[in-house]
Amino acid sequence: MKKIAAVLGLGALVAAATIAQAVPGSGLVTAGVADEAKSLTGAGGTFPAVLYTKWFSEYAKLTGVQVNYQAIGSGGGIKSISDMTVDFGASDAPMKDDQLAATKGGALLHIPTTMGAVVPTYNIPELSKSKKVLRFTADTLAGIYLGEITKWNDPKLVADNPELAKIDRYIIVVHRSDGSGTTNIWTSYLTAVSDKWAKTVGYGTSVQWPVGLGGKGNEGVSGNVKQTRYSIGYVEEAYAVQNKLPVAQVKNAAGNWMDPTAKAVSAAAAGVTLPADLRIMMVNSANPEAWPVSGFTWLLVYQQQTDPAKSLALTRLLWWCLHDGQAYAEKLLYVPLPVDAIKKAEVLLKSITINGAQALPAELSK
Amino acid sequence: MSRSNQSRHGATKAPAAPAATAATAAEVATAAVAATAAVAATAAVAATAAKDPSDRVFSAFVAAMSAVVILLVIGFVLLLTADSMQSIRKFGFEFITGSVWNPVNTEINRMDFGALPFIFGTVVTSVIALLIATPLALGSAIFVTEYAPSWLGKPVSFIIELLVAIPSVAYGIWGLFVLVPLMRDSVEPFLQDILGQVPVLGALVDGPPFGQDLLTGGVILSIMILPTILSLSKEIIAQVPRLQKEGMLALGATRWEVLSQAILPYAPSGIIGAAMLGLARAIGETMAVTMVIGNSSSKISASLLTPGYTIASAIANQFTEADSPVYFSAIVELGLVLLLVASAFNIVSRFLIARLAKKTEAADA
Repeated sequence: MKKIAAVLGLGALVAAATIAQAVPGSGLVTAGVADEAKSLTGAGGTFPAVLYTKWFSEYAKLTGVQVNYQAIGSGGGIKSISDMTVDFGASDAPMKDDQLAATKGGALLHIPTTMGAVVPTYNIPELSKSKKVLRFTADTLAGIYLGEITKWNDPKLVADNPELAKIDRYIIVVHRSDGSGTTNIWTSYLTAVSDKWAKTVGYGTSVQWPVGLGGKGNEGVSGNVKQTRYSIGYVEEAYAVQNKLPVAQVKNAAGNWMDPTAKAVSAAAAGVTLPADLRIMMVNSANPEAWPVSGFTWLLVYQQQTDPAKSLALTRLLWWCLHDGQAYAEKLLYVPLPVDAIKKAEVLLKSITINGAQALPAELSK
Repeated sequence: MSRSNQSRHGATKAPAAPAATAATAAEVATAAVAATAAVAATAAVAATAAKDPSDRVFSAFVAAMSAVVILLVIGFVLLLTADSMQSIRKFGFEFITGSVWNPVNTEINRMDFGALPFIFGTVVTSVIALLIATPLALGSAIFVTEYAPSWLGKPVSFIIELLVAIPSVAYGIWGLFVLVPLMRDSVEPFLQDILGQVPVLGALVDGPPFGQDLLTGGVILSIMILPTILSLSKEIIAQVPRLQKEGMLALGATRWEVLSQAILPYAPSGIIGAAMLGLARAIGETMAVTMVIGNSSSKISASLLTPGYTIASAIANQFTEADSPVYFSAIVELGLVLLLVASAFNIVSRFLIARLAKKTEAADA
């Protein structure tokens, strides 16, 4: 149903009605309104840039509001919105408390827009013909990235993958060299599952890697893995799918072996308790159906808006992204937000104020 | 002569304006030296010859232009310094001597920024590049100007100079998919076979060959700076007075004798200058190196087969996602350090050229 809706586009009312069934609250933004600002600017992460570009071009067709988004990186997005040089920021990592305290415009809200998953990929020539993919546990992944598991035939790996028993080769570890939300999700996962990792390396968009080679961007990591025998790396799920890389299974918190399907990623944020501010890394989700290495990406907006025209345009845009926009996610290899998360995000959206009153128009928030 | 060469270099580089501040830093350093010289020269000219009003207007005009360049450089340095103050205050001199680059605070490892692995990587790759590219470029320059018939020499130098026009990311992709496997599977094992048992040189090729290491970074840089050094050396050789060469020939000298006694002794300062301009490009080069160097700052080792990291790559890699103020400030300070490294190389080369010039003068007298 969602796909059909995406194909039809949003111009027609018919299509809008179809989408309404996809995410409750869709189809309410149908055209521009007189009092809203006709242009908005934003800056931030590169990971959601493809989806945002599609959204904003569709949104411009629908309402005439031009949204200029610059994919300068999450760090840049946080800096821009903190300095109030843009109308909204975007980040793949939640802001830290000291960053939130240092903003120029007061409280910043984290509105999740879509989800991403990070997957381990590998290159073992002996297994290239095998249909069975490798299986990793939290323990083995942390061990490999800490440099404690150094060979493919390590007993810990062989326990889950008997086919590795004969591979007496050193593991070549590949990671991202550039700061990225992908690394943030990956290291947040390792931090959540390994005490030693948490104490020595920690999580962030860049960390000090104990071992390994750095590749620039998803293409750098996958290029390295592809042409370095006996290597392992991590990339965004969409990237692995597009490039037909072998994607390993990972055991989730409930003990199930998972493949990173869109459903499993979406499940990471469903059926679990989300904090009200949605500022949370979704890694190692307790949901038994969840892919454990998943995370939100957020738009950052000020709770107290100062420009009535912009606040109207911004809240309408955010509403549209949270509802109608979700239909575009899957086609572009992103994962739509689960309804639980959308409901929580609606609460945040309604808390945005202009001159003390709710900024989101009443006809949307009813 | 050297000034015109430098501005020429600036012109060839300009269209490929690199994204990172870093690359610009090295260029600006070169430009700054050139501009200072330019202003000094115009001032001298203005003082002696400017009686005619048109002359005066023109000299003021060009002086103003170079002043703009210098102001740009000063502004650039000021901005870098201002933005890196936080990191300078926090880490002080340890920023340069420290070898831990950890942007994350954890229970055991504190957040710390030490740029030594990056400085090391930058210097080592640039020097490797210079050692490979200078003889190659000089050899080709001599071949093209002195030995090759013009139907061959012109296309050869044209083709080599075309290398300048290839964008650096294209070098990087080629490096990652062609050069890296070649280095890993053939060149590096070969080097280990012949050098592995030699006492000191053995340490240079120690460890498993990854293909992504300081050596590969240096090799790709050498290809990139080759055309710069080549075209400058070619011009320098071409500027050796015809009379001098013909005089040698008239005395019955062979081609080799002309080359070794009339041409090369005339040109060393120019050739060093050419090499230094190549070096300036190597220091600031970002994208291609990043893709083949391995981007690992975890250890500094004598082996050229260790994955490394350069200052410019570190800036390009980490700038966009530097998410805390100290981290951001440390990255900017890296830019400042790059500027210092570039200036240090520049000063050394000026010094070398000055020494050589003195020697030649002494020999002439």
